[in-house]
Amino acid sequence: MEKHVVVIYPHPDDESFGAAGTIAKFREEGVPVTYLCGTLGEMGRNMGSPIFANRETLPEIRKKELIDACEVLDMNLEMLGYRDKTIEFEDRNQIALDLKSYLDKIKPSLVITHYPDYAVHPDHNALGAAAIEAVRLMNPEDRPTVWAQAISNDYEEVLGKPEIENDITAIFDKKIDAIFAHASQAQGVLGQRRDEASVNIDLKEIAKQNMGIERFYIWKF
Amino acid sequence: MKPIELEKVQKIIDGFKNKEVYVHLETTNGAYASHINKKAYNVGAYIRNAKVSFNQAKIVGDGKSYRVGLKMEMGWIYAEGLTDWTIHEDSKLLMAGHDREGRLMVSLQISETPFSY
Repeated sequence: MEKHVVVIYPHPDDESFGAAGTIAKFREEGVPVTYLCGTLGEMGRNMGSPIFANRETLPEIRKKELIDACEVLDMNLEMLGYRDKTIEFEDRNQIALDLKSYLDKIKPSLVITHYPDYAVHPDHNALGAAAIEAVRLMNPEDRPTVWAQAISNDYEEVLGKPEIENDITAIFDKKIDAIFAHASQAQGVLGQRRDEASVNIDLKEIAKQNMGIERFYIWKF
Repeated sequence: MKPIELEKVQKIIDGFKNKEVYVHLETTNGAYASHINKKAYNVGAYIRNAKVSFNQAKIVGDGKSYRVGLKMEMGWIYAEGLTDWTIHEDSKLLMAGHDREGRLMVSLQISETPFSY
């Protein structure tokens, strides 16, 4: 059993779309989970549907949604205070040291983050790379296992099959609750997939079809 | 935000003329554009808290979508596709253009005090 799991993603809602089922499973087993959330998603373009946020009110709204989602998933939350869309322009080593200071304190047995270069959003790639660097900087015997999540359309062709495949359909309602805690984002993000399928089906069905399995690669140092 | 009312917004941008103001100007089609649609391109740009001064300001449009041009001593600030507006914290003018799903595509914001950073 894991001792403590640390999730490192840049945006409020990455944790819910990407790993809510996995997080919920760990919590059911009694494993503490802490989310280090990089930014407040200040530059997101989804403003709610119908619109209820604007560029200036969005950060506070998303902060509240993040806190609510972490309550749904029953995990600890640390907000790192970086700014949406800018992580790749910061000093990677400095971010790695910042992340390492949390890891040194929490001493997790497992870290979940994005797979650098295969996670589509530049913030995902940059924070994933910094998280992996933070673990690399630790003594090899103290390093937690790292699960890296790839998102790009081609990742399986290039990287092969992910070692970890968590079927989370049994606790899917929890994931849905976490996703919909992000009220300003949920419909816009899921709706995008509806555009793609160009059929009028229920958003929760879309989520279930696309997100019933959460996949991760075990990072090799 | 609410649909742009031309006369009201014109009056407000006139009020910012010949003052030192902070501008937020942005356009985006999202970080996932080409992930979701192979034929799409990811494009976006933003500048936040640019300190500028303009002496001419005009909003033009057809009742649904609007353009704003701000003339500075040495150049222009321009935004197209603005649909909605609001006043934030009593004094900051926010204008934005949203697509049919309510996603922000463009924004132009003007304030005498800086936007949070």
